[in-house]
Amino acid sequence: MPATTQTPVLQFDHVSVAFDETPALVDVSFQAYPGESRVILGATGSGKTVLLKTALGLQPPDSGTVYVFGRDISGMRERELFDIRSKMGMLFQESALFDSLNIEDNVSYPLLNQSSIHCPPEEVLPRVKEALKFVELEGTLEKYPSELSGGMRRRAAIARAVVTQPPLLLYDSPTAGLDPITAYTIIELIVKERDLNKTTTLIVTYRYQDGNLVANFRYNPENGGLEQAGQDGGAATRTFFMVLREGRLVFEGPQSELEKSQDPYVAKFVKRREN
Amino acid sequence: MLDLLKRPFIAIQDFYVLTGKALQNVVARPHYTDDIIAQMDLIGVGSLPIVILTGLFAGAVMALQMSRALQQYGQVDQTGTLVSISLVRELGPVLTALMMAGRNSSGIASELGSMKVTEQIDAMRALGTDPIQKLVTPRMVATAVMLPLLTILADFIGMFGGWFVSRFFLDLPSQQYWSTVWRALEWNDITQGLLKPFVFAFIISLVGCYYGLRTTGGTQGVGRATTQSMVTASVLILILDFFLGKIFVSQISS
Repeated sequence: MPATTQTPVLQFDHVSVAFDETPALVDVSFQAYPGESRVILGATGSGKTVLLKTALGLQPPDSGTVYVFGRDISGMRERELFDIRSKMGMLFQESALFDSLNIEDNVSYPLLNQSSIHCPPEEVLPRVKEALKFVELEGTLEKYPSELSGGMRRRAAIARAVVTQPPLLLYDSPTAGLDPITAYTIIELIVKERDLNKTTTLIVTYRYQDGNLVANFRYNPENGGLEQAGQDGGAATRTFFMVLREGRLVFEGPQSELEKSQDPYVAKFVKRREN
Repeated sequence: MLDLLKRPFIAIQDFYVLTGKALQNVVARPHYTDDIIAQMDLIGVGSLPIVILTGLFAGAVMALQMSRALQQYGQVDQTGTLVSISLVRELGPVLTALMMAGRNSSGIASELGSMKVTEQIDAMRALGTDPIQKLVTPRMVATAVMLPLLTILADFIGMFGGWFVSRFFLDLPSQQYWSTVWRALEWNDITQGLLKPFVFAFIISLVGCYYGLRTTGGTQGVGRATTQSMVTASVLILILDFFLGKIFVSQISS
């Protein structure tokens, strides 16, 4: 359980967001503590992406307060937000790599542009190479995003998100549209990043098996793969599940409680478990 | 119903906000000089062929049609005057701007629109850059520098087109043509001919950016933004052209 003395890395306090009358998030409150993983499940249009964008300050809340690293970002100006965002990494749904830049320039972009990251010029290339090695894409420096496959683009985007080694990482549907094997590789990378750098991780997904992997497996640096972390419903990896339905947070808790839930909407996601 | 009335006002307000921020960023740090140069190449140098063709044929057709009118008064030798004034004051700036609206306003809107729908604009913000500073301001500055230069080029090429028609179809001596072209121009014409493209440059770039950045609805939305930006930019150019022309014409008569 999270220690109550710690400051939450991310805190939503009665946050609501609407787009022209249509509610996207309704009165959402939760707290994510350092080192936790949070798996956010929900159907398409349930507000999962909006939740991540609100956390990044890309979408200001209509009411309520968002705290990131203890600072209230709800009313912040864009330039102040840049400072906060440099401590967060985000993987966008469609990777969102810049088409006009090659992979090297894409991955070095946050190092060169984020105001609070003071990366000396001679360290940029080694760090880009290191990040690309992390996602096993060393040979693609000169390639453009359009020349890569969907799974490779996703991996390059992960490299771009982790290159600054931010303590908080947000992944928006990292496995959407990928075949099961590539999807597994992506989740493996997410778990690897979480366990090696002790990051707080938020993963939005509609696939329960992704959440299951995140909750019950940990990265083993010796064989470079995932290994079972215990069958205690995510306590070993400090993973919590959240279920969104039409913008409302309808469930929050560990995997064991999620699997016991009688709510038909929540149960719909759990039934997809494949093990 | 109220929403329907409110929408155009909100759109105008958003456009002004974008314009304000883009202008503010001209002096604010960081400056993306590389992007400005890349855009100058894309918008300016890339438009050379169409600007040359437009100018050449606009001048030629002016000479051809005006000689018909001047014939009635026995003043065909004054063709150069008409070609020169109409090119420098009107056709050069307006036709060049319309061509640029077709090529660049829509190009900017589709590029920024695609970036918007694939979340690249959000990614840019998430990675510490202001999209207005990085995308809008360089395009605005590049167009504001390049459009007046392209207009000057179009004017000269147009005069050359006029010369071609006068020399080979109207049998006017070259010297006669060029001296009337030269003598017809006053400072007022030149100021007007250079101020117009400068103003149009803001319309072309900012309308393109405005529609691009507010694109929603996937690839279909990109197509819509592209068309809307081109139509809006062209119409605004024609309307503004009238008012700018009116200001300068009344200056002469007063």
